[in-house]
Amino acid sequence: MQRRDFVKILFAASALVLVPIRAFAAMWNSPAFESTKLNSALSGLGISEIKESKQITIIAPDKAENGAVVQIEVKSEIANSESFAILVENNPTPLIAHFVFGEGADPYIVTRIKMAETSDVQAIIKVGNQYFSAKKRVEVLENGCG
Amino acid sequence: MADTMKMRAQLKGGVTEVKVLIGHPMETGRRKNNLGEFIAANFVQLVNASLNGKQVFEAQWGTGISKNPYLTFHLNHAKAGDVVVVTWTDNHGKTGRGEIVVTAA
Repeated sequence: MQRRDFVKILFAASALVLVPIRAFAAMWNSPAFESTKLNSALSGLGISEIKESKQITIIAPDKAENGAVVQIEVKSEIANSESFAILVENNPTPLIAHFVFGEGADPYIVTRIKMAETSDVQAIIKVGNQYFSAKKRVEVLENGCG
Repeated sequence: MADTMKMRAQLKGGVTEVKVLIGHPMETGRRKNNLGEFIAANFVQLVNASLNGKQVFEAQWGTGISKNPYLTFHLNHAKAGDVVVVTWTDNHGKTGRGEIVVTAA
């Protein structure tokens, strides 16, 4: 085998490894969702090392009149984004939602969440074995978890 | 709007925007009624979406999703006439299902 061919094969093999595995869980992750601390919710999701990314956009109000209904929009421009975890650190249970995008679905969601008090809304995006994150502060004037 | 689902799937510029509204109380289990008793947790845990029978999207929710959940997601290879089905299951095992045909804007 020539050195050039070997390098080609090496590239081809690494491309295979980089193809995201689109796995739907189909079972509710109770350890993560029932966690009352951000860190334990993250470990329930198997998330450890997180890097900040400017390729993630979170659109949410700066101030929310009513914490019971806060609309958030999350978009990732990172190639091969597989899933979003949405967390609100100061909520009684910080993990709000986990979205998995299969082939044919763009890494984009809009939803409405409850916020107990002023907090960061954090989105963590899974890309292969890596996790990227962005945060948006939302000031809550009236709490929504009552 | 209990037990109802509203859906829309509109194709525009190559992207199909699917909007879903589910009628559900989304009780956290931490709220009390007038007698001071806790109202039992009752919330949607799993949402699945398929395009022409093939699963394309999954959501898992905790109690932090607002009452009567609202969701938008985008599909990038759906065509007009394709069928999007969304199903949900709550913590009591109750399920719901909605179906919509993709229309061009």
